[in-house]
Amino acid sequence: MRPATVALGIALAAAFAAPLIGVYPVFLMKLLCFAMFACAFNLLLGFTGMLSFGHAAFFGAAAYATGWLVTARGWGTLPAILAGVAAAAALGAAIGALAIRRRGIYFAMITMALAQLVYFVCLQAPFTGGENGLQGLPRGSLAGLLPLKSDVAMYYVVLAAFLGVYALIRRIVHSPFGQVLKAIRENESRAVSLGYEIERYKLVAFVLSATLAGLAGSLKALVLGFVTLSDVLQANSGEVILMTLLGGTGTFLGPVVGAGLVVTLEEYLSDVVGGWVTVIIGAVFVACVLLFRRGLVGELAALRSRR
Amino acid sequence: MALRTLTRLAAGLLAGLGAVAATAAPDVVIGAIDDQSGVYADNSGIVAIKMAIADAGGTVLGRKITLLTTDHQNKPDIGASKFREWADQNGLNVVMGGSNTGVNIAMSKVAAAKKVPLFVIGAGGASLTNEDCTAYTVHYGYDTTALANGTATTIVKGGGKSWYFLTADYAFGTQLQTAAAKVVEASGGKVLGAVRVPLSASDFSSFLLQAQGSGAQVIGLANAGEDFVNSLKAANEFGVTKTMKPAGLLVFINNIHAIGLEAAQGLYLTEGWYWDMNEASRAFAKRYVEIAKRPPNMVQAAAYSATMQYLAAVKAAGTTDPDKVMAELKRLKINDMFASGGYIRRDGVMIHDMYVMQVKAPKESKYPWDYYKLVKVIPGEEAFGPVTGLCPLAPK
Repeated sequence: MRPATVALGIALAAAFAAPLIGVYPVFLMKLLCFAMFACAFNLLLGFTGMLSFGHAAFFGAAAYATGWLVTARGWGTLPAILAGVAAAAALGAAIGALAIRRRGIYFAMITMALAQLVYFVCLQAPFTGGENGLQGLPRGSLAGLLPLKSDVAMYYVVLAAFLGVYALIRRIVHSPFGQVLKAIRENESRAVSLGYEIERYKLVAFVLSATLAGLAGSLKALVLGFVTLSDVLQANSGEVILMTLLGGTGTFLGPVVGAGLVVTLEEYLSDVVGGWVTVIIGAVFVACVLLFRRGLVGELAALRSRR
Repeated sequence: MALRTLTRLAAGLLAGLGAVAATAAPDVVIGAIDDQSGVYADNSGIVAIKMAIADAGGTVLGRKITLLTTDHQNKPDIGASKFREWADQNGLNVVMGGSNTGVNIAMSKVAAAKKVPLFVIGAGGASLTNEDCTAYTVHYGYDTTALANGTATTIVKGGGKSWYFLTADYAFGTQLQTAAAKVVEASGGKVLGAVRVPLSASDFSSFLLQAQGSGAQVIGLANAGEDFVNSLKAANEFGVTKTMKPAGLLVFINNIHAIGLEAAQGLYLTEGWYWDMNEASRAFAKRYVEIAKRPPNMVQAAAYSATMQYLAAVKAAGTTDPDKVMAELKRLKINDMFASGGYIRRDGVMIHDMYVMQVKAPKESKYPWDYYKLVKVIPGEEAFGPVTGLCPLAPK
């Protein structure tokens, strides 16, 4: 067996056993949600080469949609999650259709501007609760069968969703469709000259990424029991970029490692240093850009292939 | 080889995580969740809470008191998840909630779910004891109802009949404006209009001119902190205060210190406590200054009083059981440096006298931080108003 496979197996076993041996499940679930978010983002940045500066819009819109449905409308957990994901997909289609007309920095700017628009809607719309957000979301039960009130039960649902998303992204990237995405990343003009309608591929990739980001947002809303403006905030868009770059873009495990690192740092440092957390994470990011540009996982992979 | 190293690593990691997670605390654990780095950091009550714990001898019922603190950075999600984590893992017994109404609403949901008493001290939103009330929430210090009742009533009775509001464009600002407008109209004044100003605006000129153009006698500043300081300074520079009387709806003494008496003189405001009120308040302020190098404001004094009151209730109940402690809290009277004859009503509001103050002119101020003269004492029941019935736990 290759060591990478063994490591993956151990990680998986650890993920299954973690809440049983006393690791705090809410922290783990938050970590998994952000890992899912970063994986979805990486599908766009790492495999299609499009840097979106507004992914918090999809994460947050889905969270708000789910949150509003379970509180104001009394929907069940599963339909509310699906509706949240659908909202993110629709928003992804709308924003994506506009943004993919431009490339590089202009693409980034358009996504950022439209995401700010979504932020202001969430700030001002009557159903989002403004500054206070939506509070006290019930977790309900999964299709009426599995009550999710216990953190451990919820953890396994989130873990299953995360593994599903992870497998799906692997599948997408390894499919012929994924090959075209990579071709677009490497050389857009050449992909056009080969006869691919790249606009369509880009839009599908964008919508897929937005949809999966939405799933992460919906789950996070239910895990923590609230949706607030920090979910749609520009800083959240920046954070997911940071996670992906720290872990390594264009690798499957990179975003997971990056998310783990950032969420853990935030969680444990905020007690010790308060508002300085952002400065420390910023410093880590600068170090990462200067010293290992491929990200943690990217550098490890490069090291192995060199040997 | 590689495999064995990996296994060992994984085992070590798991053991480490387990050790972190397994903390059983027989201590009495007080959590303080407050803004320590943002716009409300000046109001942080942590120094006062530490003083209270020290004054209690660091123990209650023979158990050691531990204090956990965190900076919620004005984000409801950080406050609520920290609260939940402490309740799940650290044996949390009570939380002293700092500034920001949004954060405190989020935390009150956790308080209800985890059965951990929450003292809301720095935040003003009256919804905390109305729509968002819980059996474990205590609103200590002040709320938007009391602020509006104090300042608005006094000014309308003094002849300031027509009002125009300059409102911070977020939940707290609109809540404050609504409360104040209601009071203005109830006491026979009228509201000519309002302009919403984005939070942390840097230029107030167009909003102020709009207010001046309305012809109202009073400009109600429904904002707080930095925004209040900047808007009042700008109002002075533009000469708005020559034609309109400014009314501060939430003013802390440190804001007045930042503005300076020259610009702030004559301003009416409502306080729940002022350091220079009586012997007890002066004695507390003196001790506080020694540690923090400046006098406490009402929020900090309330933080001290609330911590002492919680410890007294634990002592009276003989346990930290949340329901028994809450019952004691609602039974005990509060007589200390903060309040006399104060009590916690069934909807969770701590009822105590409020004070309408007027800022002194520079020549009236005799010593450092001598900023206010007392205009009127508003009895607690009048200030906080009757039980509204919006809280399901406290029907009319």
